[in-house]
Amino acid sequence: MDATIALVAIGPFAAAALAPLINRYTKPFAGWLLALVPAAIFLYLLSFLDPIAHGETVRAAIDWVPAYGLELSFFIDGLSLTFALTISGVGALIVIYAASYLKGHHHLGRFLAFLLAFMGAMLGLVLADNLLALFMFWELTSITSFLLIGFDHARQASRRGAIQALVITNMGGLALLVGVVLTQVLTGEWDMSALREMDDVLRGHALYGLVLACFLAAAFTKSAQFPLHFWLPNAMEAPTPVSAFLHSATMVQAGVYLLARMTPVLGETNIWATLLTIFGGVTLIWGCLGALRQSDMKQMLAQTTIASLGLLVLLIGLGGELAISAALLYFVAHALYKAAMFMIVGAVDHETGTREITALSGLADKMPVTFISTALAVLSMVGLPLSLAFFAKEEMYYAVFKPEWQPLLILVVLVVGNALLAAVGLLILIKPFLGELSPTPKSPHEAPIAMLVGPLLLGGAGVVASLLIDWFSHDIVGPGATAILNEPVEGHLTWGGINWLSPVVVLSALTWLLGILAYTQGSRIRTVLRRGANAVGWTADTVFDAVMFGLIRFAADVTRLLHHGRLELYLGVVFIMFALALFVPLLGLGGLNALLPIAELGDWSNVLRWPDLRSYEWGVILLAAIGLLAVMLAGNRLFAIIALGIQGAALALIFLLFGAPDLAFTQFMVEVLSVVILTLVMTRLRLDEADKRPLEDLARDGTIALVCGLGVTLTLMVVLSGPLDLRLSEFYAATSVPIAHGANIVNVILVDYRGIDTLGEIAVVMGAGVAILALLRSRKRPIAPIIRAPLRRKAKS
Amino acid sequence: MNSLIFRTLTPFLVTIILVFSVYVLLRGHNEPGGGFIGGLIAASAMTIFGMASGVSEVRRALRFDPLAIAGFGVCIAVLSGLASLFTGSPFLTSIWLYLELGDTVVPLSTPLFFDIGVYFAVFGTISSVALSLEADESEEL
Repeated sequence: MDATIALVAIGPFAAAALAPLINRYTKPFAGWLLALVPAAIFLYLLSFLDPIAHGETVRAAIDWVPAYGLELSFFIDGLSLTFALTISGVGALIVIYAASYLKGHHHLGRFLAFLLAFMGAMLGLVLADNLLALFMFWELTSITSFLLIGFDHARQASRRGAIQALVITNMGGLALLVGVVLTQVLTGEWDMSALREMDDVLRGHALYGLVLACFLAAAFTKSAQFPLHFWLPNAMEAPTPVSAFLHSATMVQAGVYLLARMTPVLGETNIWATLLTIFGGVTLIWGCLGALRQSDMKQMLAQTTIASLGLLVLLIGLGGELAISAALLYFVAHALYKAAMFMIVGAVDHETGTREITALSGLADKMPVTFISTALAVLSMVGLPLSLAFFAKEEMYYAVFKPEWQPLLILVVLVVGNALLAAVGLLILIKPFLGELSPTPKSPHEAPIAMLVGPLLLGGAGVVASLLIDWFSHDIVGPGATAILNEPVEGHLTWGGINWLSPVVVLSALTWLLGILAYTQGSRIRTVLRRGANAVGWTADTVFDAVMFGLIRFAADVTRLLHHGRLELYLGVVFIMFALALFVPLLGLGGLNALLPIAELGDWSNVLRWPDLRSYEWGVILLAAIGLLAVMLAGNRLFAIIALGIQGAALALIFLLFGAPDLAFTQFMVEVLSVVILTLVMTRLRLDEADKRPLEDLARDGTIALVCGLGVTLTLMVVLSGPLDLRLSEFYAATSVPIAHGANIVNVILVDYRGIDTLGEIAVVMGAGVAILALLRSRKRPIAPIIRAPLRRKAKS
Repeated sequence: MNSLIFRTLTPFLVTIILVFSVYVLLRGHNEPGGGFIGGLIAASAMTIFGMASGVSEVRRALRFDPLAIAGFGVCIAVLSGLASLFTGSPFLTSIWLYLELGDTVVPLSTPLFFDIGVYFAVFGTISSVALSLEADESEEL
């Protein structure tokens, strides 16, 4: 059982790797085949329902970095099981739907691979017990969703939506990393299952505020809470199957999951409840208003997703058995109906060529199955009896039905929010499907079966679950709430338990009435809201653009400052830093003191003595000096380069004389080649023959050169003044032949004792070669100037 | 530099230098020499060849792109290090094999192949850079 849990998270990745191949060879059935993976995962996870409903939990761990006690651990309890079941169940239907929706697309294989990888990341996220694993999967969902949203990468709007989602959610991801590490440092635990047994360790800590802020930032960015909600509608640039998956059951629910998961550790404090209810409430209303403002059905759904996320955050913030049960019920109900509705909108778009709600009507006759699925989904969205969402609504009203002003305020927010969501649902059900048939770009007909299975099953599931509410409440809501609240919660919902005359049911009726009212005034509300939005003139979206554009301009300015392209300045900086690196230790760390004692008391006779050298050694030094002098006096660059070669050759001779033939050998070759290559560079660059710089430039460069030279000389003197540590040399001399079977110690060191260094070096040599070639080639093809086009915004009415 | 004498002499010169470079490479483990210096010597042969006969001629003679040769070298070096993993020792641990061919014993070892990798990496990179610099504007780099 242990490893198979990890397989749940890894399986989709394996399927993703194979997806392009499977798509190529089993073209019309690829979706059905690939859907077997999530379907199998769904069925496998179903087998956990019973033990977990009986209070068991399952944990599996694989060693990750054993030296630090870090394990890759997975954990199944009521909460993760609910999420994992939703993800894999909805995911299986989405895969079938996507293969049909994008049929004939030349990148369908790639798309399915992205989708499955995303699913794997999401499953890993909800199953991870280890906080670092959670973070890893969290970031993986960001990256895979980036690929999915930007799938249609030829379109600028698509790229922008993808980048925006990535930037916003990754900022949250970084906050999550900080939060995760802080949590580990404060508690010494990586596992969330262990954390929640520790009770008040974090809540009571002085840094509680910081940890909370980190986790909230992560959850709010991912779950698109106001004012960071704007990336979600832009993410609608993705193909519709992506939206159906990301914005119903997965990506955006990750933040909700995180909040639920951290409730036992961070939650149930005043500040937690206040922040979550305020942000959640504002997001709920804001999303509803946003939805009513739109006429594009996909945008309407996106905005209602924001609203629903706000609702879930609000409920988690409220805490307590009723609110948490409501949150779990609503999460499942929302995932079912929202995925179905996105798929329906995709099907309508696919078959009629438009998603504009004002342009569509009377489709019910042409697309009867789609209409029935819509009706089922909208039943949930409105929260009518016979739907799971009905119970969710009852529970949340019960949770806040108290005679105090704060709960009452929340109650008002909830009623208004639910009513507006109901209005949007009615709009999508009635406007496009009933009434007279209106002309559309394509002549409408029923979608293919693969695109009908999903909405029908998901819409139906909401109703079936409500009919089996006893079971659902006991097996899913109870264990889920137990996991969130960390105390035993019994599922208590039954049809028989509803008192049809209680004030809460009356509130439901009020909600429906308000919803119908909002529906009838739909076009008027849209006009008013649009006028309001136009009056403000800017949105969080435009602020984002301004910030991004400013960032790019700032980066360009910094680059121009540092990367100005003037070689002499680069070299000047390099050599000045080199001189500093030499002199700071010499002066600051007392390196020179090693030299001073021998020059004591003005007795320089010992120091300034003529070195005891043989005549040919003097000859070599003379040769080097001639080379140097020639370099400095050379009037012609070519001559100077060759003169530098003389000096190098003299150095090679010195190596040879003092017993380093290998070094001398190499030095000779390097000198020859560098003279040749420098000469070639010279002719390529078409420099002036002679170096004609003003005197002050020469003086400046000469000074830098002198300082560097002095630094090197002094450093060498300091090094030589101490006793030479010969341990290493002796070791090599003693072991070279017996161990490495080589008499040439230099070569033995290079290829044997320090082989991995050499390996790195030859890789660097090759990398440098590639870089040089790239430079030489770019010289041939002049680089086009970088044009900074203003970011174009999609025209919105 | 395109004199008749130089052009006539170059093939002999290049051959001798190349043979010498292999000699330097193979003696490296016991005498001064080795892959790095051998590669440099071979690269200088290519430079001379290029000066005498033009870059396209050298590329034709080499058959492979010099950078590909460099990459090949790095790959050989890595592979020679990986061999030791099969004996259960750490990466790059040397393995020695003494081949008895009649009276002479030829020692073969993974460091030798590693050194050959170094030879190709250096030879390929330096030749590639030198040839690119020698190439005329019109010539394909």
